[in-house]
Amino acid sequence: MNSNIFKSLIAMAVIAVAFTSCSDDDDVMDQMSGPDFSGTFVQQDQMGRPAVNTVFVSGGSKDSFNVTIPSQQDAAFQSMFQTNLEALSPAFANPGDANALGQDAATFTGLLATDVLNVSLDGTTTFFDGTNVLTGRNLADDVITVELLLIFGGEDFSENPGLSNDNVDANDKAFETSFPYLASPW
Amino acid sequence: MKTTKKLFAVTAVIMMVIAIIAADHIDAPAVQGGTSDITDFYAFQGEDSNNIAFVANLQGLLSPGATAAATFDENVLIEFNIDTDGDAVEDLVIQAVARDGKMYVFGPDVPNGTGLNSTILSNSLNQLSVDMTPYGQPAIVESANGMMAFAGPRDDPFFMDFAQYGEIIAGNATSFNNPGSDTFAGTNVLSVVVEVPKTMIGGTGTINTWVETKRKQ
Repeated sequence: MNSNIFKSLIAMAVIAVAFTSCSDDDDVMDQMSGPDFSGTFVQQDQMGRPAVNTVFVSGGSKDSFNVTIPSQQDAAFQSMFQTNLEALSPAFANPGDANALGQDAATFTGLLATDVLNVSLDGTTTFFDGTNVLTGRNLADDVITVELLLIFGGEDFSENPGLSNDNVDANDKAFETSFPYLASPW
Repeated sequence: MKTTKKLFAVTAVIMMVIAIIAADHIDAPAVQGGTSDITDFYAFQGEDSNNIAFVANLQGLLSPGATAAATFDENVLIEFNIDTDGDAVEDLVIQAVARDGKMYVFGPDVPNGTGLNSTILSNSLNQLSVDMTPYGQPAIVESANGMMAFAGPRDDPFFMDFAQYGEIIAGNATSFNNPGSDTFAGTNVLSVVVEVPKTMIGGTGTINTWVETKRKQ
């Protein structure tokens, strides 16, 4: 009996120690009974700017693009991007052609090939709002029309008007002004 | 001349071996339609202008009927990468991974290594977890250390007349329609939204950022 009580006390002490060691951390870090976060996770998909992989990467290279780290994308893909841009858009068919940002095909694709989103920490964040260029991406930014204009619109956004705007300018549901900003699901 | 130009444009489009799909929805064979397929990525100044919000959307084109059953894959790590010094190499990451009905968020913090392989920063001092918001319920938001997190189904915020672009690619049309038709209207995605103080990700200047999905080996 004494032995059993002693064993119970030992057991309770062990439990108390275990409990105390756990409660040093918050519930996220509970390593006694918390979730298992171990292991190595290997890349499958990545994205910086919208539509870059789908538009500029050739069919057989799309998986490869997704597992090329951004710091190596320019060397691996800029040439492909330029070839595809010049084939796609008559606005870049001739020497000296540029988009409305003054970028020729090499400069434009040199920007796009490193597929990261530039985000300003100092003010307005937008893909393009007529004044600010590539300072972030808002939910409401009409990024496809911006990209179509830069691809097809030529030096002053006037070329190929039928191809440089998909005429869908806004989402089908209003966004929220507060976190988490996205609209509730349909 | 204009007609010639248009014809050339259409021909060029047809000749392209690529097929535009959407922002990043079903962008490549290895991931399309799977639980690691990123559909979109956003980063913008929050309602509190001291903050930046990061949005990763996965598993696009969910019909309303299919949305309640859609879940985050616990073997898929969602990683926001942040380059603060302009070399397109991540200096900080924010990791999100699902476990038993909650989304756990770690960081912003310095990764254990850069590149294609990641381990989870489960000892990071910057972390929080949030219950998944069930379909049809108000958004559940959790806050800690100035950060906020949300995970669950949302309306796909992307909009584009993809169907007409497909017609142009196929040579069945020479231009977009006006007005166009939003191919993504009425469809949902699974979203992770994390908002952090700018002071945690460089404070000032310009960062480069991108999102990755990584599968447990």
